[in-house]
Amino acid sequence: MNPHNLPGWATNLLLPILNLISAMLVAGVVIYALGESPTESLGILVNSAFLNPEGLGYTLFYATTFIFTGLAVAFALHAGLFNIGGEGQMYIGGLGMALVVLNMDAAWSPWLVIPLAILMSTLFGAAWAFLPGYLQAKRGSHIVVTTIMFNFIAASLMNYIIVSLLIPVGQQSTSSRQFAEATWLPRLNEWLPVLGQTPVNISFVLALAALGLYALVMWRTSWGYGVSTVGLNPYAAHYAGISIKGTIIGVMAVSGALAGMAAVNSQMGSSHNLGLNFTAGAGFIGIAVALMGRNHPIGILLSAVLFGGLIQGGFDLSLEKSNIPPETFVFIQGLIILFCGAMENLYAPALSALLNSYKKRSAV
Amino acid sequence: MDDIQLSSIFVAMVRSAPVLIFAALGGLFAERSGIVDISLEGKILASAFASACVAYATQNPWFGVLAGIVVSCLLALLHGFVCIQQRGNQLVSGMAINISVSGLTFVLAQFFFQQGGRTPPLDEGRFQALNIPGSQAVADVPVVGWLLRELVGGHTILVYLAFLAVPLVHWVVNHTRFGLRLRAVGDNPHAADTAGISVASTRYLALLAGGVLCGLSGAYLAIVQTGFFLADMSAGNGFLALAALVFGSWRAVHTTLGCLMFAFFSALQIQLEGVVLPGIGKVPGSLIQMIPYIVTVIILAGFMAKSVAPKAIGVPFVKSR
Repeated sequence: MNPHNLPGWATNLLLPILNLISAMLVAGVVIYALGESPTESLGILVNSAFLNPEGLGYTLFYATTFIFTGLAVAFALHAGLFNIGGEGQMYIGGLGMALVVLNMDAAWSPWLVIPLAILMSTLFGAAWAFLPGYLQAKRGSHIVVTTIMFNFIAASLMNYIIVSLLIPVGQQSTSSRQFAEATWLPRLNEWLPVLGQTPVNISFVLALAALGLYALVMWRTSWGYGVSTVGLNPYAAHYAGISIKGTIIGVMAVSGALAGMAAVNSQMGSSHNLGLNFTAGAGFIGIAVALMGRNHPIGILLSAVLFGGLIQGGFDLSLEKSNIPPETFVFIQGLIILFCGAMENLYAPALSALLNSYKKRSAV
Repeated sequence: MDDIQLSSIFVAMVRSAPVLIFAALGGLFAERSGIVDISLEGKILASAFASACVAYATQNPWFGVLAGIVVSCLLALLHGFVCIQQRGNQLVSGMAINISVSGLTFVLAQFFFQQGGRTPPLDEGRFQALNIPGSQAVADVPVVGWLLRELVGGHTILVYLAFLAVPLVHWVVNHTRFGLRLRAVGDNPHAADTAGISVASTRYLALLAGGVLCGLSGAYLAIVQTGFFLADMSAGNGFLALAALVFGSWRAVHTTLGCLMFAFFSALQIQLEGVVLPGIGKVPGSLIQMIPYIVTVIILAGFMAKSVAPKAIGVPFVKSR
């Protein structure tokens, strides 16, 4: 992974920061070309995303979704699997959740409906990722192409289910009916009124718990160790008696369950219905979050908050500057994936040379 | 059943296939050289945007095509820099290109034209349909007239170019020196390197050839099919082209058959929208839309035929190993 003999802090902290700065510089050039001031835009962005409590509430709300989708990608990456299907898994997870709530919210206690809905979102997400995992393990089809296809199949399927079956008669918007109010997830502003009218809800706490659980599984259980071994060296794993096929299928199912859980935040926490395209690209942002966070729980948390801030701050910025529409931040996401993921070692040779010359000088 | 006309489905298929054929043949060069190219989607979209802008500004479709090719080649070079020079993750690079282009084209289209991320209609900047000489004379002959006027004739030059590209790519890949090197580099770069072939330059050339073809794909989409640029108008065509490659085992003719199948299903879907079939009832378009993807999954799983990928695909080449 690290051919340049860099110390851990340089690989895990300095390189991502350098890459992030590079992405921001390119973004700044584009903003300048659009006729706006990059520094002023950055100021507005940071201010509305992080510096006032209400903005921060929205940032954390978006971050909650990205923690789940980011964890989904990161977990699969440990086993060497590139799960591009988070988008479809989240979409189908939302379906499982909505089916529970729509059928039970009138008759059953919310204490039963909410946990069952969350459980169903993970089960549906897991099932949608199980199939590509099974096909890769047993039939040798490539996980990337299969998960891309499953994204398209999920999109068409959900289009059919929502438009043909779930929209109430006579309703104009393309979404199911509203969930009963008792099943709405409690918002954090009930305990922290300073957050204002923001949709950040208790699924943020769930997301933090998921991060902790992820760390625990990867570093403290033999299964997590096996997953990493399969990712690093499948031959060694096989020799050590680890079932590669079983691991691949299991990892994909867990990854899909995490992506499915991302639906809980946006639907039960905020929109309170099942809408067309409610995922809004969160599955793809998860790829960026995992890559920039280097699969580390703290890294994933930080980069999820960063991407949440980009969405929230970007939205406010586009209201003030008509030349910078919210789509600018889709472009910036792409740049961050390019610099932090694909060209992660761009600065490694230079940095390594710099550190070595410093070491030599201090040795003399 | 009267509402469904097989003849018009076939005509629609021929009209929509070139986007897929150009892109899939472009991906074929990249992937046969050993580089995974999921940035097809982004290249199509970038080229569609560039060609629509230039064709609109100059009112000349040829300049539009040229601009599309140039932009698509620049993206191919970026992908090459990441995959060849940086030995970065090829999938991640492709994803990054797709996402960046999707955002940037919208922002630029909005900045230039202020029409919600689309360009104005191209009018004169579009290609004229070509008619086969003598097709008017046989217009009234039942089958031949339809064949010459609508199925074979009556298309723009890019359609013919797409179908001409198929034998050309087949010949280049299988019967030229460059093709031999391409296959060698994609199957066993170390052996190719030992034989004195430059892996890096062969891969760059392959990516550039792919860039030209993706440029044509995007130009066809914007200049011929719609006549304007629309945000995210590539709509998964790049991924379908990739699926066609898998379907066709990375061979030009088989891949094209896959493209034609996908084009057929999308034409069928438009025709079947709202039609009541006897015994089945109304078939929702979104379910027909799923068919090509499901077929691809089944083929990927080897249930219909085994697809054989280039052996070194996706592995960065490190000379010293």
